[in-house]
Order: sequence, then structure tokens, then C-alpha cells
Amino acid sequence: MSRIGVFICHCGENISRTVDVERVAQEIGRLPGVSFSTDYKYMCSDPGQNLLKNAIKEQKLTHVVVAACSPRMHEKTFRKAVEAAGLNPFLCEMANIREHCSWVHENREEATVKAIDIVGMMVERVKKNRVLPTITVPVTKRSLVIGGGIAGIQAALDIADCGHEVILVEREPSIGGHMAQLSETFPTLDCSQCIMTPKMVDVANHPKIKLYTYSEIERVEGYIGNFQVTIKKKARSVDEDKCTGCGVCITKCPQKKIPNKFDCNIGLRSAIYVPFPQAVPNTPVIDRDNCTKFKTGKCGVCQKVCGPGAVDFEQQDTLIVEAVGAIVVATGFDLYTIDEKPKGSPIKGYGEFGHGKIPDVIDGMTFERLASASGPTGGKILRPSDGKEPKQIVFIQCIGSRAREKGISYCSKVCCMYTAKHTMLYHHKVHDGQAYVFFMDARTPGKSYDEFWRRSIEEEEAVYIRGMVSRLYQKGDKVVVMGSDIAVGVQVEIEADMVVLATAIQPQKGADSLAQKLGISYDKYNFYSEAHAKLRPVECATAGIYLAGACQGPKDIPETVSQASAAAAKVMTLFSKDQLEREPIVARVREFGCVGCFACKKVCAYGAVEEKEIRDRQGNLVKTVAFVNPGVCAGCGTCQATCPSKCVELDGYTDEQVIAMIEAL
Amino acid sequence: MHPEKQKHTFEPKIIAFVCTWCTYAGADLAGTSRMQYPSNVRVLKFPCTGRIDPVFILKAFQQGADGVLVSGCHPGDCHYIAGNFHARRRFAVFRKLLEFVGVDLNRLQFSWVSAAEGGKWVEVVTDLTEKVRSMGPMTEFKELALEEQWSGTIDTPELQEAYNAI
Ligand SMILES: Cc1cc2nc3c(=O)[nH]c(=O)nc-3n(C[C@H](O)[C@H](O)[C@H](O)COP(=O)(O)OP(=O)(O)OC[C@H]3O[C@@H](n4cnc5c(N)ncnc54)[C@H](O)[C@@H]3O)c2cc1C
Ligand code: SF4
Ligand code: SF4
Repeated sequence: MSRIGVFICHCGENISRTVDVERVAQEIGRLPGVSFSTDYKYMCSDPGQNLLKNAIKEQKLTHVVVAACSPRMHEKTFRKAVEAAGLNPFLCEMANIREHCSWVHENREEATVKAIDIVGMMVERVKKNRVLPTITVPVTKRSLVIGGGIAGIQAALDIADCGHEVILVEREPSIGGHMAQLSETFPTLDCSQCIMTPKMVDVANHPKIKLYTYSEIERVEGYIGNFQVTIKKKARSVDEDKCTGCGVCITKCPQKKIPNKFDCNIGLRSAIYVPFPQAVPNTPVIDRDNCTKFKTGKCGVCQKVCGPGAVDFEQQDTLIVEAVGAIVVATGFDLYTIDEKPKGSPIKGYGEFGHGKIPDVIDGMTFERLASASGPTGGKILRPSDGKEPKQIVFIQCIGSRAREKGISYCSKVCCMYTAKHTMLYHHKVHDGQAYVFFMDARTPGKSYDEFWRRSIEEEEAVYIRGMVSRLYQKGDKVVVMGSDIAVGVQVEIEADMVVLATAIQPQKGADSLAQKLGISYDKYNFYSEAHAKLRPVECATAGIYLAGACQGPKDIPETVSQASAAAAKVMTLFSKDQLEREPIVARVREFGCVGCFACKKVCAYGAVEEKEIRDRQGNLVKTVAFVNPGVCAGCGTCQATCPSKCVELDGYTDEQVIAMIEAL
Repeated sequence: MHPEKQKHTFEPKIIAFVCTWCTYAGADLAGTSRMQYPSNVRVLKFPCTGRIDPVFILKAFQQGADGVLVSGCHPGDCHYIAGNFHARRRFAVFRKLLEFVGVDLNRLQFSWVSAAEGGKWVEVVTDLTEKVRSMGPMTEFKELALEEQWSGTIDTPELQEAYNAI
């Protein structure tokens, strides 16, 4: 038989003004199972908590109900007090008679009756409460960072500097991401390479960072503190340990006419290549699709010229398993391809803008490569068709972004700023040239951002035209831009030498399949979702996985770096303990009744439900049942409400407890 | 400020099933803001609307509730990613069933109330209370005594036997 103690708080006068607390204590004292019922001025105060602790000991209480404010306020306080008095904290419940009663009703009689109901309901509930053990899971203090752009680099360096090992996985042959492609960066116009490459070198030299480039995530298993990650290391055809990075192979490779993706396909590279001179690691990779040796079996020049004998045509993809406790996802973005409607995508293309058809219509990243001192033109702005310097250049913002009818409704956030930057870079390099910008709005929040934008107009003489472009077409060697200036209400037609489209920032390709491997959620555009838009912006709802950079939404570099450091701090918080303690509100399967339909598995958003085989003593399979991994379960209870045979139970919110509450009313 | 308290002949019993993260917090906010609403509602807290089994709604009606409210986070805001979507689908079907059984659907209300919407909580509760008051007491289910109730324990010999067999 339970011996329940009930404590009714006056909360000064906050409760007792409208609720007759003595009457509540009296009436509740008569309920079966209640052996102690009292009221007190401030239950949360030290004397109040001592009253509770002493009563537990003296009255040998088995369960406790504190009727006071919202459990969101003081549940932890009272559960701690109960624990200190030797009871399991989950045998204590709070009845909310302040926020839900005394504060919202004026009639004393009505409020008192309601308070009695509320407390009575919690008394019936607490009778069915079970002792719940604290769940602890061990923490592997190593971390995985996926994506080696500035986000991944920053997060990896921060975590490694705290002394914990980091596995950094990058899909491309080199780390660096998009920032390595930029020429100069807003709002200060410092050279991107100059601030980026030292960080890349730090990564390469850091004793705590294990770098896997040209590698992808194959599989992720486990849960917070205990993930097993399988990494596929693609065959590079060059032995990383032997290669000294001398680059002889690159200069001798006869196959030199391959468009370089790093230079947005305007520059060329050889079949054995590093994407850019400062690449980290500096080990070349053979592009097997374009290598003569792989296509015809002949050639093999690189192997012959390589001093240390690093070229290995036989190399295979390898799978590596790493154990980590936390994962930072930093896979960044891709640019919207405007020439056609991407296959299978609900997003419509911008065929009318001639990108991909008219050679002198390029996107912003291509312009970055043209403006970059290490780019294919050595930093000269030369148009792709004939290599001439464009004297009239038109920039068009919001291509793809903020176009609901095309399927993307969000703002890409960085285009206003980088277009302003482009007009400046252009003016610095082509003194007699004229830049025009078609824009809808100029969005320049950020430190020194609006000043930067104004400078492009006031000092660098860019002409901003508010309005949209309706059509682009080739006329002789010009690109005619037809648009409207809505500020003056006239049609404009500009014969441009080159057009730069500020295309939308989109999640990188394959973002959704990576999310499915990780079990994290993503929005309809495939940007990864944070656990809470305001208060948990770097954590995924899936415990132990954190987000950094543009994979979560469009971001500039300062924001990306802040989020990356924040994610690293979250990882460090996790690693500050050897054991992870969590609320034991988790689901449990009653195996004898489970029929193995796995309806629960389908609805669990966290992938907490596993399949477990039940075998008899001879080892014969009796049946396969559901098993909830307590390390992964978030405790939503959706599985329980879904289970057709009522065999999953959420501790702390069992059917018994709920029914007891309803019956008490 | 407050209208003259009217005396009603019938005070309906309203049971509300809400999620911790949004609606319970919204109701807390109504309290901290000292908003006023009818005292007829009794609130049961769940981690997520996804945990709310339709059986609880039936049980509430059997237990004498004249109106039932189910409220959680707005679509897309679920603390547990998608629990409220599962709830929404489940209850869409459940409403059809109730309608078929002959329960007036006006007695069962679903709403989304976020942690910031104290005012909306007051509105929803007040409206439902007034609506149900005008409909009068719910009698259909009270007559149905509960014949069998699953208690969650292995208390029958058959169950015990099945359990031992494993
Ligand atoms: C034209 C242009 C100009 C810009 N100019 C500026 C500027 O001047 N100033 C400024 O502040 N910001 C600027 N930005 C924004 C800036 O580029 C971004 O803020 C920044 O690059 C975001 O970094 P990130 O690490 O999140 O993503 P990324 O740079 O995209 O890096 C992501 C990395 O992850 C890798 N990856 C992707 N998927 C996987 C996978 N599945 N497995 C392993 N690795 C993967 C990618 O290969 C890449 O290396 C500009 C953007 C554009 C488009
Ligand atoms: S074998 Fe391939 S990579 Fe090597 S030199 Fe020949 S074409 Fe280039
Ligand atoms: S309670 Fe929620 S998170 Fe836990 S197993 Fe069930 S559905 Fe998954």
C-alpha cells in the first residue's frame, strides 16, 4: 500500500488568495493511499524543502505530490529534494495549481474545486509511478566532422585544440570548400586564400586530426556517445604515404584538356591533378574517367616519372570503421544550376536566362574564379567566349532565390553582399568599365555590411536598378538584357558584354541521403534542421549530432565560423563527462506481447526502434520483436500510441498512469 | 474589466490533452500573464501529442467529460520532429470513427497552441467551454460501463502462460 505525502504550497499569496489551500489539504488527506497532507507558505524555500524531506523520513512516505507552480518551474527542485531524502526522484509529481488555477480564475470556490481535482488527479497518477533508474551511457571522446569547408575546418580545429581526436571526412580530393574558391571576401576585401590556407595547413599538421579526403560516409550506426561510422575512402590511384607532392606527374601527364571543376570549368587540368595549388593534402588524384591509362590501357606516364613510385593504378576503394561520440555535419552548399530544370526536382529552371547556352552568362562563383589571382585568368576579368575584357557588365540578383513560383521561397542571404563585392572587384580591375545590378531589395544586415554596399554605389559607381529581368539573348557578341526599372517605371535594355547571375544557395547534392544515413531531419529544400530555431540552433534533434555552416541554411563566412565554433563547444560539453546521464523517460517494449509488426519502428523519428531476435534455449528463432534503444529514444511516446498490440510503454507516461488520471476526474 | 459572472445551470467538464513543449507552456504563459478563463478545463500533460492514444479520448468521454481538447505544437514545430504529424493523421481517422459512432464532433476539439500563445490558449478553452455548455451534457458514453480494461499487467492465467512459454 502506498503512503503518499501531499504538500500544498501557498506560494506566498499567489495560490492561497484564490485557492482555499487548507481545504484542499484536508480533502486530499481523505483520499485512499494518502497518509500525509499539509499546506505550507513556500514549499520551494529551504524550510519548505526540509519539511518535505523530514516528512518522507518520519512518515515513511512512498510517493510525493507537491501542489504548487508549474512543473516546468520546480519539478527538478522537488525531485532533487525527494532524492536527497532517499526516494527515487520519479516517485514525485507536481500538481500545477498556480499557472493553471489560482492565476487564471477569480472565483474562490471554483478555483478550490479545480485545485482539488488537479491534486487528486496527480495523487492517482503517482500511485502508478515506478522507480526509474537513471540511464547512463559511456562517451567515446572522439568526434567526426563531415565536410572540410571553412565550417568543418573551424569545428575540427576547435575540438582538436581541446585535446580530443577528430576524424575529418571530405568528399573532394582537397579540403577548403567554397571559401577556397573565393577571390576576396566581403566586407573587408581580404584575400580568401590568404586567410583560408593557413587554417588548411593547420588541419594537415594537427596531431589530433585524422584527415580522410576523397572519402564519403557510407554508414552510421549507434547513438550519442557511441557512434560507429563506416567511411569509404575512394581510390586515389596515388599512395598518400609515398607521394611527396612534387607534382612531376601533373606536368608530364599528356591528358591536359579536362575542365577543372574547382575553376568552375573555365580552366583546364590534367588527368592526374590536385584541384588547386594550395590543396590539402597535396597528393594528386587520378580522374579515372578521363585518364588514358584507365580508358585504353596505354600511357602510364605518371607512374614512370614518379620518383617514389607512388602512382598505383590498382588501388581499390577501402572501407574504414571509426568509433566516435559526436558528429558535426558541415557539408555546406552548392549553387543552383540555372540552365535547366534539375532532374526529379520540383524546382523549375531559368532556361530563359541562357546560362549554359550563352557562354558569357556566368554565375557568381565563376566570377570569383575570374577575379582570383590564382584563377585561370590570373585575376583578369576576361569573358569566357573570346577572352575579351567586358566593358559593360550586368549582375542579376535573386536568381532562384525568393522566387516562389520557381520553387525556392527563401533568401540566399549572401548574394546582395557578394554582388556588391563583385562590382567593386570589377571596377578595380576594369577602370573604364560600367557595372549594372538588377536587384529586388538590398539585404545588408551585418556589421559594416550596409556601408560596404553603399560604397559599391557611391565610390565604385555601380548602377543599381530595382527591377527584374525578363529575358536575356545573344545579339552579335553582346548579351542583351531586357528588364524593368520599377523605381522609375520604365523598360530598360542593356547591351552587355558579360552577365553574372547571383544564383541561389542550395544544400549540396546528396544532402538528403547523408541525412538519412545520420538519422537527422531536413527541410523541403534539404537544408538540415536544427533542434530549435532559436534556442538550439547548432544541435540536431538527434542527440549527439551538431550542425555547422551552410548545410543548415545560407550563411556567410562570419556566421559559418561562429556556428562551427558553437558546434565544437557543444561537442566539448558532451566530452566533459565520462558517462552521459539522461532522463529515463524512454519507451520499453513488452516482448512477450510484441508481434513484430514494427509499426513503432516506422513512426519513430529517431530510429530508436531496433529489431531483436528471441531465441529459445536451443537457439531456434522464436520471433523477432521490437527493441527500443534507450540511448537513442527521445521519449516522445509516438510508438506507444501507435502500437496496435499495446506493447510499447513510455516510462513516466504509461497507459496505467494516464488512465488513472482520467479516472480521477 | 471582467464581465459580471453569470450563473449557469450546467457546468461542462472539459478534459484537455496537451503536449509539454508547446501547449502546456502556452497555458503556463496564460497563467503568468494573469489571463482569465473558465475553470472547467482539467489539463493532462504528455511529452508529445504523438503519445496521445485515441483510447484516452474515449476514456475521457466515458469518465464523464462533456468536451475534450487535444492540443500540441504547430505543424513543423514538434519538439520530437514529427510526433504531431502522426497525431494529426491518427486523429483525422479517429474523428471519422467517432462520427460513425454518433458522437457530436463539436465536443472534440483539436488545436495548435505554441508556448508563446497564452492568449490563444484562453481563446480555445473559452470557446470550447461555451460551445459545449450550449450543447448540454454528453450522455451517450456515460451509460457504457467499461467491461474490460487492459491493465498493463500479466494478471490472467492465459497471459501468464503465454509469458512463461517464451
Ligand atoms: C559567389 C559567392 C561568393 C561569396 N563571397 C563571400 C564573401 O565574400 N564573404 C563571405 O563571408 N561569404 C561569402 N560567400 C559565402 C561562403 O562561401 C560560405 O559562407 C561558406 O563557404 C560556407 O562554408 P561551409 O563550410 O558551410 O560550406 P562549403 O564551403 O560548401 O564546404 C562544404 C564542404 O563539405 C564537403 N562535402 C559536401 N558534402 C559532403 C559529404 N557528403 N561528405 C563529405 N564532404 C562533403 C564539400 O566538398 C565542401 O568541401 C560567398 C558565396 C558565394 C556563392
Ligand atoms: S596514366 Fe593517366 S594520369 Fe597518368 S599520365 Fe597518363 S593520362 Fe595522366
Ligand atoms: S518514444 Fe519516441 S523516440 Fe522513443 S522509441 Fe518511441 S517513437 Fe522513438
